Amino acid sequence: MKAWVFGDNLDTDMLAPGGYMKFGIEEIAKHCLESVSPKFASEVKAGDIVVAGRNFGCGSSREQAPEALRHLGVSALVAPSFAGLFYRNCFNLGLPAVVCADAGKIRPGDQLKIDFAGKIENLTKSETYACEPIPEHLQTLVRDGGLLPHLEKRLRRA
Amino acid sequence: MTAQTLAQKLVAKAAGRAAVTPGEIVTCKVDLAMMHDSGGPRRVKPMLERLGAKVWDPSKVVVIADHYVPEFDDQSRKILKIARDWVKEAGVTNFYDTQGICHVVLPERGHLRPGMFAVGGDSHSPTGGAFAAYMFGVGATELLGVLVTGEIWLKVPHTIAMDFSGKFSAGVCAKDVMLSLIGRLGMDGGEYQAVEYRGAAIRALPMQERMTLCNMAAELGAQTGLVASDSVTRDFLKTDVETWDGDEKAEFFKHHKFQAEKLAPQVAAPHSPANTKEVKEFENTKINLAYIGACTGAKLEDLRMAAKVLKGRKAKIRFLVAPASLRDQQTAEKEGVLKILTDAGAEILPNSCGICAGYGGHLLPDDCVAISSTARNFKGRMGSPQAQGYLGSPYTVAASAVAGHIADPRQML
Repeated sequence: MKAWVFGDNLDTDMLAPGGYMKFGIEEIAKHCLESVSPKFASEVKAGDIVVAGRNFGCGSSREQAPEALRHLGVSALVAPSFAGLFYRNCFNLGLPAVVCADAGKIRPGDQLKIDFAGKIENLTKSETYACEPIPEHLQTLVRDGGLLPHLEKRLRRA
Repeated sequence: MTAQTLAQKLVAKAAGRAAVTPGEIVTCKVDLAMMHDSGGPRRVKPMLERLGAKVWDPSKVVVIADHYVPEFDDQSRKILKIARDWVKEAGVTNFYDTQGICHVVLPERGHLRPGMFAVGGDSHSPTGGAFAAYMFGVGATELLGVLVTGEIWLKVPHTIAMDFSGKFSAGVCAKDVMLSLIGRLGMDGGEYQAVEYRGAAIRALPMQERMTLCNMAAELGAQTGLVASDSVTRDFLKTDVETWDGDEKAEFFKHHKFQAEKLAPQVAAPHSPANTKEVKEFENTKINLAYIGACTGAKLEDLRMAAKVLKGRKAKIRFLVAPASLRDQQTAEKEGVLKILTDAGAEILPNSCGICAGYGGHLLPDDCVAISSTARNFKGRMGSPQAQGYLGSPYTVAASAVAGHIADPRQML
């Protein structure tokens, strides 16, 4: 899957600008990252991976930040570190966020294959990067498609 | 039993345990869930309906309409209507409509007590930690999880201690502390752990200043900010409360020590609170707007600080003030603080998140160079991505309004 690459402190206002927050996710997603990459929203393809620097997702609790990425078809996020609140939001939406110290080695357009148990293969560069394994309870959320379908399953069982 | 930090004690209580260890994952019972009109009912109502579920305990839910008030277009009217209808349907009686910003209204109306474990649907929810409650921000889906189950998972945090000895100088306040810490340690310096503010200089701060410290734990990247409860907490809440503090022998993950006297007013340059230097580095920067607003920078204490600078002075540039709560505005009016601000030329805006959240009708235009008492100057957050936003304390914003350029408030006190 193709990588899009951004810098440190990619914030939630860049992902979901405040002026569009009153609208639904279709409209917010059209403006996702427009202040740093005006073509991103129109050119990103289903399955693509967004790679960023340190503290990916800092800022607001607004869940529309990861939701806009999910809506655009982004399949996973990779960074050396994530802002904690954003990290929780990603998994609650079923969007895996992978902590990888070597994320800085990934270049725009590189083809990546992620194994959530702890590695990323860079098919373009024939490199493999170790990453932190995703905790079991968060892998369950990803498998279930997020917290809402997960709760649906739990309530049905109960 | 190993000695526990304040954060560990609060988490252990919520997890029904005698003690917890940093790094372990626990499930906590939630004493209070706060949400606002933007991330609250409009987002959780459809999800609750999909699940066919009800709120676990409506008495533990507080809804505060502060983002889209006052309504300014069809979308905001719709969002507010959903909130107002939903509280009735869900049986939530703790509803504050257009009374001010959630983080300020929540303790002002007595909903926070030391020892509580609380979540809020907003990133500045760590503000509640000033009351020795463990409070942190969550997104809408996680809030839904709390509303349905009354529980939430947590990785027990380490504690990073920020220890300030001595006393802050006149014209230096909690906002300067936070800008300085964020400038020094970065926006991820809090490592999503608990930051605990300690020391004589912190104990001497009034409650709303402690709230500013914990509020901006968000910009420091911590999960929460905490201050142990004491007589200041009791006096603010006007009731007897438990004293919550860490064990004396508890170990900190990191222990930063500072001398309060050494801190000067701080200013953050565009476009990050981490771009912070002492005010003297920016004194020739011309500005055309000064803004005192938000949960971070427009509480009663913040308005009082601005008034100390502005008494008998006039703003040279456009000067906007959005008091953080209606009650704080009314008290400021009674004290004569509000009159000092309006005499200086302040336009008073509604008690809402407004410009700070990028909402409402006063967003920064392209050619704007602003200094603001808010928390974040991210590119485009407060309006146009071309606008230049500086951050400073209420003292510094007021002094800059008078000077027409960024100015050191200590010359005007």
